[in-house]
Amino acid sequence: MAETLDQLFVLAKHALVDSTPAAWRPWVSSILSIAAMIMAFATLFALTTILERKGLGRIQNRLGPNRVGPFGLLQPLADGVKSLTKEDLVPRSADRVLHFLAPLVLVIPVFLALAVVPVGRNMVAVDLDAGILFFFAVGAATELSVFMAGWSSRNKYSVLGAMRAVSQMISYEIPLILSALPVVMITGSLSTVQIVERQAVFTGLLPSWNVLTPWGLAAFLLFLIAGTAEANRCPFDLPEGESEIIAGYYTEYSGFKFALFFLGEYIGLFAMSGLAITLFLGGWSAPLAALAFIPGYVWFFGKLLALIFLFIWVRGTLPRLRMDQLMNFAWKFMLPMSLMTILSAGAWHLMSPTPGVPLSSAEAVTHSAGGTIARWLVCGFLVAAPYILLGRYLTEGRNVGPRTYRYAD
Amino acid sequence: MMHPAFLIIALLIVAGATAAMRLRNLIHCALALTCALGGVGLLYLLLGAQFVGFAQFLVYIGAVSILIVFAILLTHGMDGGGDTLFSRGRALGWGLSLVVFAVLGGAVMSSRMLPEGSTEPLASTPAVRQIGDLLMTRYILPLEIMGLLLTAALIGAVLLAMKSGASAMPHTQPGGKAATQPGRDGQ
Amino acid sequence: MTPLKACLLLSCALFAIGLAGALTRRHAIIVLIGVELMLNAANLNFIAFWRFGPHPEALSGIMFAIFVIGVAAAEAAVGLALIIAIHRHFKTCDLDRINRLKDSSLPEVPADQPGAGPNT
Repeated sequence: MAETLDQLFVLAKHALVDSTPAAWRPWVSSILSIAAMIMAFATLFALTTILERKGLGRIQNRLGPNRVGPFGLLQPLADGVKSLTKEDLVPRSADRVLHFLAPLVLVIPVFLALAVVPVGRNMVAVDLDAGILFFFAVGAATELSVFMAGWSSRNKYSVLGAMRAVSQMISYEIPLILSALPVVMITGSLSTVQIVERQAVFTGLLPSWNVLTPWGLAAFLLFLIAGTAEANRCPFDLPEGESEIIAGYYTEYSGFKFALFFLGEYIGLFAMSGLAITLFLGGWSAPLAALAFIPGYVWFFGKLLALIFLFIWVRGTLPRLRMDQLMNFAWKFMLPMSLMTILSAGAWHLMSPTPGVPLSSAEAVTHSAGGTIARWLVCGFLVAAPYILLGRYLTEGRNVGPRTYRYAD
Repeated sequence: MMHPAFLIIALLIVAGATAAMRLRNLIHCALALTCALGGVGLLYLLLGAQFVGFAQFLVYIGAVSILIVFAILLTHGMDGGGDTLFSRGRALGWGLSLVVFAVLGGAVMSSRMLPEGSTEPLASTPAVRQIGDLLMTRYILPLEIMGLLLTAALIGAVLLAMKSGASAMPHTQPGGKAATQPGRDGQ
Repeated sequence: MTPLKACLLLSCALFAIGLAGALTRRHAIIVLIGVELMLNAANLNFIAFWRFGPHPEALSGIMFAIFVIGVAAAEAAVGLALIIAIHRHFKTCDLDRINRLKDSSLPEVPADQPGAGPNT
């Protein structure tokens, strides 16, 4: 029963595919996967916009949208109709072709990136041998889209926003990729499916998720921070800081094109969170062996919603950074720390009971207690020591305590 | 080989490359270059070299083209400078390259030493694991030299683009942003 | 025409276009773009020979291509840094005007000066 429920969508797809002529089957299979994925994530997008507005409202002690439908739940629908019926403005001196292409160059790659994220057992659109590389390769196109949007608008706020966004995305892409590397090293594969499958086994009570190791925890936090910056979300939303440069690179966008940008940004956030879940949080696997009867896709989307909640919470809580703080943080803190997580993961591999054996089989071997403690201590030290040292060095001579304000007496 | 796909990609590459060399607006040139290089990446995928194709996208579209666009903006060269766009001897240059193309193309077409090659699809695309194993065994020395080269390029690029002078603090000056750009390739 | 020949012809065309751009354009960045195109043409040859050559299982072509991509990235980074430094010094990226090794002052515009080759 649990098995059927887990594979419900896979079985339904197979049944549909088998009912078509044999020549069509590969096409029907791809189209079904693509349609299911687009529908699921587009629904999630609508849900997230309302969640975000409601959540931010709660954090700011107000109600948020509550007029359209019960509890304001139909607000995304109203927003969609509004943006579709708005006039599509293009500035007179704008570069029309690039202005038109920019939203497309954003939306297509982010949907492509979702294709390698497994949302359940056997539920991945394409299982590529180089899945992680594919994710980052198509993700690279988003930088180009941002630049095209900003430059083609011929507006100084747009160009400023685009320059900020591109330099920020390039700077944070290095820690992003480097913090994904330890997982690839330990798993010995770039395939997202294999990465999840290696984490879906239980050692005792705990799952063998990567986040439950010293290097995994550090890499997960680094990945989340870099992912926030990559998605241009608060506190890294300088490129669209309203108080400084209006709306950054999409100042000159309105109507449907703006809606496309909005969609692309949220889908990019889902893709980034989905990859974080795949790499560190065990993908579709259950946190406890006793809970494994709940279908994998429920776990995946549950984890995704939890991460989205985290992003909303951070947005409602933290103030925006300054540009120099942003760059300093990327190059002086994130980069060295992500290199240290790679070193720590290497130590973790070497101190495993059977070094040199492919890790997927080595994990099943029971460890001696002393060896496990030594392994944890060494790997934890390799991550914690640079964190403390770097923190000391970077905050040296600066007043980082709570600020005291002096009001007019 | 799938001929229609090959033809479309070939057209994309040639059109992109020609546009990159002929357009007046430098930003348009850079974007046309991106188009041509993306086409080359697609061709790698078509030929079955998955890993190289993805690496091409990551390095060229994600890094090199963005770097070029940044350099164009930093040197204020939005448009190529009006009538000083082309060098003197423009016809000579195109003629020379036409001759080069004719010689190379003639050599390719008339060669009998080219392997016939198997046109049937590969049994399987080479696994990433295979490439990794080779990089760590047979090609370990080139790999290490490559790491050295990229590190040297990273440091060299930062030093070159950094503003000279004692007062220059690279991370607080606007130039500091430029100085950090090339670092992306050094990873 | 065999697929190998088609690929080689395409790479010849790419190389020739890149060469033409590097020879005829005056802006330093465009010349760099031409060099990138030529490097890609060479890379395309490696992949084509790997795919249609006698030993596709040896992966030598793929290895070459990976190293060429790495070297091209390093080349682009250093080249663009050089161009930015030169622009800061001479206030121009016009290759016909950057023809001195010493002295930061610009030479007068060599408008119709004979003898300057097309590839300066």
